[in-house]
Formats: sequence, C-alpha cells, structure tokens
Amino acid sequence: MQSTITMTIDDLHRILADCGGASEDWPRGADVHDRRFEELGYDSLALMEAAVRIEKEYGTPVPDELIPTLSTPRDVLDLVNGARPA
Amino acid sequence: MSTSEEERAMGGGIPSAVRQTVRDAAREDGPAETARSGSSPVYVTGIGVAAPNGLGLERYWEAVLAGRSGIVPISRFDTSRYPARLAGQIEDFDASTHLPSRLLPQTDVSTRLALSAADWAIADAGVDASSATDYDMGVVTANGCGGFDFTHREFKKLWSEGPQAVSVYESFAWFYAVNTGQISIRNGMRGPSSALVAEQAGGLDALGHARRTVGRGTPLMVTGGVDSAFDPWGWVSHLSSGRISHATDPERAYLPFDREARGQVPGEGGAILLVEDPAAARARGARRVYGELAGYASTFDAAPGRVRGRAAHPARPRRGRAAGLRRAARLALTEAGLEPQDVDVVFADAAGVRDLDRVEAAAIRDLFGVHGVPVTAPKALTGRLGAGGGPLDVATALLSIRDGVIPASGATADVPAEYGIDVVTGAPREIRVRHALVLARGRWGFNSAVVVRAATT
Amino acid sequence: MTRRVVITGIGVRAPGGKGVKEFWSTLSGGRTATRRITFFDPSPYRSQVAAEADFDPVVEGLTAAEADRMDRATQFAVVCADEAVQDSGLDLTALDPYRVGVSLGSAVAAATSLEREYLNLSGGGRNWEVDPAGLSPYMFDYMVPSVMPAEVAWAVGAEGPVAMVSNGCTSGLDSVGHAVQLIREGSADTMVAGASDTPITPIVVACFDAIKATTPRNDAPEEASRPFDGSRNGFVLAEGAAMFVLEEYDSAKRRGAPIYAEVTGYATRSNAFHMTGLKPDGREMAEAIRVALNESRADPTAVDYINAHGSGTKQNDRHETAAFKRSLGPHAYATPVSSIKSMVGHSLGAIGSLEIAASVLAIQHDVVPPTANLHISDPECDLDYVPITAREHRVDTVLTVGSGFGGFQSAMVLRDPEEAA
Repeated sequence: MQSTITMTIDDLHRILADCGGASEDWPRGADVHDRRFEELGYDSLALMEAAVRIEKEYGTPVPDELIPTLSTPRDVLDLVNGARPA
Repeated sequence: MSTSEEERAMGGGIPSAVRQTVRDAAREDGPAETARSGSSPVYVTGIGVAAPNGLGLERYWEAVLAGRSGIVPISRFDTSRYPARLAGQIEDFDASTHLPSRLLPQTDVSTRLALSAADWAIADAGVDASSATDYDMGVVTANGCGGFDFTHREFKKLWSEGPQAVSVYESFAWFYAVNTGQISIRNGMRGPSSALVAEQAGGLDALGHARRTVGRGTPLMVTGGVDSAFDPWGWVSHLSSGRISHATDPERAYLPFDREARGQVPGEGGAILLVEDPAAARARGARRVYGELAGYASTFDAAPGRVRGRAAHPARPRRGRAAGLRRAARLALTEAGLEPQDVDVVFADAAGVRDLDRVEAAAIRDLFGVHGVPVTAPKALTGRLGAGGGPLDVATALLSIRDGVIPASGATADVPAEYGIDVVTGAPREIRVRHALVLARGRWGFNSAVVVRAATT
Repeated sequence: MTRRVVITGIGVRAPGGKGVKEFWSTLSGGRTATRRITFFDPSPYRSQVAAEADFDPVVEGLTAAEADRMDRATQFAVVCADEAVQDSGLDLTALDPYRVGVSLGSAVAAATSLEREYLNLSGGGRNWEVDPAGLSPYMFDYMVPSVMPAEVAWAVGAEGPVAMVSNGCTSGLDSVGHAVQLIREGSADTMVAGASDTPITPIVVACFDAIKATTPRNDAPEEASRPFDGSRNGFVLAEGAAMFVLEEYDSAKRRGAPIYAEVTGYATRSNAFHMTGLKPDGREMAEAIRVALNESRADPTAVDYINAHGSGTKQNDRHETAAFKRSLGPHAYATPVSSIKSMVGHSLGAIGSLEIAASVLAIQHDVVPPTANLHISDPECDLDYVPITAREHRVDTVLTVGSGFGGFQSAMVLRDPEEAA
C-alpha cells in the first residue's frame, strides 16, 4: 500500500515530538534534513515508535530491518514519499 | 533530654520497673545483633518532597504544620460507580515545567514525580552530580505499583487496537525498577542501585538499603520512594485491599488511632532523599545536614497461627502483629545505640483500620510504656502513599528535629484510652526533638523501622 | 571478620523439565526448551516463540485455595523454596525464625494475573473505566506484588528480613546478592533467596515486540534462541524460578550441610545511559566484574567459567563480550563462556537465579553447559562460547553476570566450597 499523501519535515517533526517528546535539540528555522536523529534528540526507541505511527498515518510500511538505516529526516521523507524503495 | 550519657549508661533516672519491662521486651525480641556492617550513621543532606498537600519540602511542611490536608475527591476519572471516592491527590504538578519534554512520552506520573523529587533533593543538597565520580553515586528506590496508569493505557491499547499499538516505552515505564533506572540515567549515577517492593514498608527498606550501601563504601545515595495509581484500574485495585475508607467527608475519611477510624485513604507521591557518608559530606562542604539515619531494621510477622505457611489462608488481615513491629523498632534502636527512653517522637504507621491501629498502639505501648512517648501521624493529611509513605515520614521527622516541633495527626482527636498512647492531636507540639522513630507496615506482615537523629558533628 | 555465605539447597522450575536434575540434564545435554507459544494464540504477535515450563500447581502439591490466590510466579517461587529447603536438609523448626529471611527477585511479578483480571474488569479491554463488580479480592496483591516474598516467608517460617528485589532482568542475581549482604552484616543467619518470573502473557510479549527485543524467528522455535551467533536477532521470552538456601558458612559446616558453593563476591553497577540501550564498550559491567572479583580476592585468571547473560540480542552479546575482555584481559580468551538462555530462554527477573543454579551445577559436575544454536561466528563475539556441546572442564570458580533494562549490570563470583575453604 503506497500513500498518496506527502510527508513534510514539519509532519515528521510533529510525529517525533509525539513519540519521543519535543526536543530541545531541534533547531528552529535551520535545515535539519541531513542532521542525524541522535543530534536532534531522538533515539532508536523514538524512531521505532514513530515508525508505527508513520505506517498508520501514511500507509507506508517501515520494515524492522529498515529502521536502523533511517538515520536522518531525509531518509524517512524519501521512504514515505517514494524516492526510495521500501 | 534530661538523661545524660552517663546516667543512661548506669541506667540511672529510670524506674526499675521500666528497666525490667525493657529487658523483658528485649528478651522477647530476640538477640540484638550488633555486628552490622551498615551500623555507621549516614547523613541526610537533601530532601525532595512531592505530597498531596504540598509540592516541595517547605510548602509541604507549612501545610503539615497548618493542618492542611491534600485529601480530595478524585478528579481524574468519574468515580460515581465506586464505593470510595477520596484520595490524597497531587493537583498542582505540571510535569512539563519540571522535566525535559523528551521524558514525558516514556514516563508514568509516578516516575515524573520521582524524577522531580530527585532533582529537588539533589539541588537541595547542593550536589553537582556531573562533577562527582559516577561509581560513587547510587540509587535505591522503593516502588509499589510500578507505572500503573501508564501500563493501564497500554493494556487498553493491546486489547482494543492490537499488539502493534503497544508503546515502545511500555517495557520499562511499567516495571518496578523504573524510578531507580530513570534517576540513575538523568543524573549519571553509576554506583550500586536497586529497587525494592514491600508495599508501605518498602520506602523505609530503601532508606535502610541506601544506608547499608553507604556503609559498604558508596559515598552518596539517592533514595526514597514514590507511588501513584489513580487510574480507574489502579483505584479498584486499591479498593480490593478491603481497607479503604468509604467516607465522603475528606476531613473525616482517614482518622488513624481515632475511635472513629474507618479505613485508609490512598495517596500519591512520596519523598526522595540524598544520603551521604558523613566524611564525604564534610569533604565536599555540604551546606546542611538534616540529620542522620542512625538505625534501621525490618522484620516479618509469623505465618497466620504459626502454622507453617501454606496451610493457612491469609485472606484477612491478622491480629497480633505487635511482636514483629515492636521487634523491628527495637532492632533499629539497638543499631542506633539508643534505648526507648531516648526517643522523642514516634511517626506511626497509622493504618486507620481499627484492628491494625490497636496492634500498633500495643507495640508502641509495650516498648515505651503507657503514654511514654509522643506519637504522630501526619500522613492523615496526605493519605497513605505506599512506597512513598516511609520516606515522607522520615523527611517530616527530620524537619521536626530541625524546627523543634511535632506535627499533629490530621483530624484524629478521640484516641481510645485503652490504646495507651500519647497521640499528638489538634495542634503541633513544640518540643526539642533529637531522636525520632519512624514505623511502617507493609500488607501481609512487613515491618520496618528507621531511627533518625540530629546530626552529631 | 567477614561472615562467609554458602549455598546449601537448590530448587528449580525451568522449561525442559522439573527440578534440579532435569534442569541439569537439559543444560548438559544441550537441549533447547523453546517452542511455539501454547499459552495463548501467538499469531498476532511479532515474536511467537517462548520457553514455557510445564507446571501444574496441583501436581506440585499446592492446595486449590493456594493455586487460586497465588499468581503463577508466586506458585513457582513457593514450590522452589520448598524444594530448596528440603534439598538443604535444614530443619526449619529448629531455627530461630527471627534469624531466617527471604529475598525474592522478580521483574514483572504478577503479570499473568494482572492481565487476566484486567480483561475481567474492562469487558475484555473495551472499557477504560473498569467494572468493580468482578473485582478479585487479590487484585491489590497483583498490583503491589510484595505478597510474593510473603508467601515464601510463610512457606519457610521466616520472620527476619523479607525483601522483594525488583531490578528488571538482573533481579535474580541481585536478590541473591541482597541475601548475601544480609547474612554477612548479621541481619540474618539463613536466607531463602532466589527469583521467579512467569511473563509469557500477551502484554509482555507485546511490549518486547514493540522494541523488537525478542526474536521473530518463528519458523524454527527450537533454534530461535541463538546467543553469540552471527544470525542472532533477539531473545526468546521464558518463565521459570530458582530458589536457594543460603547460610553462614560455619553454621552450615557445623550441621554437616551439603555445601554447593560459596558466594565469594557480588557487585552491581548502572550504566546511566539508556533505559534499554547499551554502550558497546561494556564499561559498567566490567566494573561490576572487577569489584566482585576483588571482593572474592580472586585474580581474573582464577575464573574457570563465565556464565554469560547472553540474551541473543545484537547489542547485548557484543556489549558483554567487550565487558569480559575489559575486566579479564587476555584471560577472557582462555575462558569458556556460555549462555543457558540458548536452551531455557530469558525468564527476565528469574534467569539470574537460574544462571546461579547452572553455575553451581557446573562446579559440582566439572562440566560447562554449552551455548546451543551457535553455528555462525560473529567477528564482534570472538571468545570461546562452548558451541552446541557441553564440555568437561574443571570448574572451581564461576563468574556469572546479568544486564537489564534500567541500566543494571551485575556480577557474582561463586567458588567450589573445597577450594574456597
């Protein structure tokens, strides 16, 4: 099932904040597409929790083995928005 | 105190009948062991309190001295279908103002309270955890319910939405070690750490174990306990204990030692203490010492009817628990090098259930004599806090030492004469307090006692 | 003069067989007791395998009333406590009950009963506000599970210190370590100590599913637990219990007790890093090992066998291997290391005590139990993990370790009583 809704960086930020708390390390106004999640204040648990949410909201399956390879917001957006094979 | 050290050593100034009673009691209590490795006192240098009648140590203490109660109708869910509706509820705690938001999705309310109280205790002590050696700081907390509200939500998700809906945080937000682990992580404390469960007695056990751990060489321990379970499932679980007050008047719902005692009111919160090796506290120039944890002991009541265990059905609270409680008190005093006549105040377990009040009164009377010591139960203003109850009583006892005043026991007023104990009722009693005994009982036979005293510098 | 503490009785209920003999036969035979979950339909879950114990409370001698009021984990604990006392030959009636204590470990305690009662009260999970009509009189004791050590204390007539140590997955080491401290300091002379957990219930399976800590290797349940193997992908949930009689050495000697081993060292440290994550360097576990060996007055080279935590998660096995190298130096490479979780799974709070039992039995038999299902090497796990088959090997000193959520890292050193004396 591939979603037709596009995910934006703000969408991702909102989901991460729900799943891992609002991060003090997420710089306002800066381009964070290629920052690593750890730098942005989100650990592997927050990402796992977010994966379930993304699957639910966007219909994009996030297989277990893929989660460790999602290290930046761009990785996630590419996956959900179809620039990268799931 | 009128009795000097020498007089005490000689047994002078004490009527011989009392001495005889004390000796008899000592014999019944069994041999007092003296060779304890944890027998050197430790200092309490920081306190953090989260109580239904006050967030923060001083606000809580003001409320206690003013007789302000935190017992209110439960507001977190509709209680109309339940026979009891009052609890010691913390209403002014906004976790997001105390903790980083990243900790919120992964924590139950009890853990948020524990983390905040630990922050306050550490700040109160003036300790900079980041500059101390990580292995020199440990954490021991007591827990009764775990993250119950949190786990209730996850049970609900599992059974209404399916396994995929269960949070990644459930695996640790629920379990009993969660507060110890989270406090350790937040403050970089890598020394010996543990979590203990013994219902209401567990909080004193945590303090006792922290003291033991300092005695074994870890200079600083964060210890205490916090509990909370005021979601609907947690609430009926409390009700199933059969001890909860069905009263509707918050003022009169929990009246320990009163002729009209009608049961307990559960509360939430507790206290986290920072305890230190005295030499280490002096070396870092600790800004204050509230007092010492001078003695600790725990005992367990005999199986019902002395039948070896499993033949007996422990479905009802038993009578005749006095022996175990008195024995714990006696052992803790011995460890502190004190006699009953040295004790200035007893902070009672104060069950608020008549049978249990009676046996505690008997234990205190047997040890101290009729009206031999002031007895107080400020927990009448907070409800029973489970794992948090003992540590909060110890914090309160230390403030009694600091300010020379024993708080009153809430609305308790009419204590049956046959109890033979001097309950502090009505108004606080101003009196010099050097030694306090704190008692706690956990359901099914746990008895714990802690002796605190003014610091000897 | 430090009081010495020895183990004089063992009781075990584990997957794969009943009692100590069958437990050792499972381990020394390298047999795995993991299977597809039978307690409920596991098909909606990511991980569908577990190591279940075949345990019938009535066959075990519990009355109907006891079976009714006790959670499954309590039943395991009480049965094992009885068996341990019997094994020790201790005449409890001859002891001063004030000098007998209990220390019980459990991570998730009454999880089984909690879930059953939850479903009763909530209309099968439909309602948030639960219905008090179906309320069990034991519900409070499932929420606040200190009734578990209380039941054990009643069973053995203990009136000294009674404790429940709930440190997640190190509970089984820490409860015994707690008991050792109480005997050493003089708070008790005899302790009945150990741990029990029976977590094979939907909520626990689901919570480990969520963090992908358990294995999804559902097609071959008996090969699902593969610690230190290159293809490992998570642990296998299990249940079980082990209880011990611990005594002060001189009094055990005086009564001519069978002495299995002396607990010569114990330490615990926390990683203060993450509730579930482990740093790869193993620093805090190494520190716990160092302190436990120090307390034992043992050089790292004295360790004959390491009974590993070896859960079979990627991060644990790497972390632990690093900790062994860090604490034992080159001797880590010369020491057999194995994980019984490969056979009996990971019973959370209980497994530490089951691993103490396995360590003691290794001393007794001079046999190192193997790591089953270890076929593919992993360059990050390059020690001697005793794959597949048990090994005859002189074992006088064992190091057993545990690691758990919350950051707990614990280590215990056990020695052959002949050598220790």
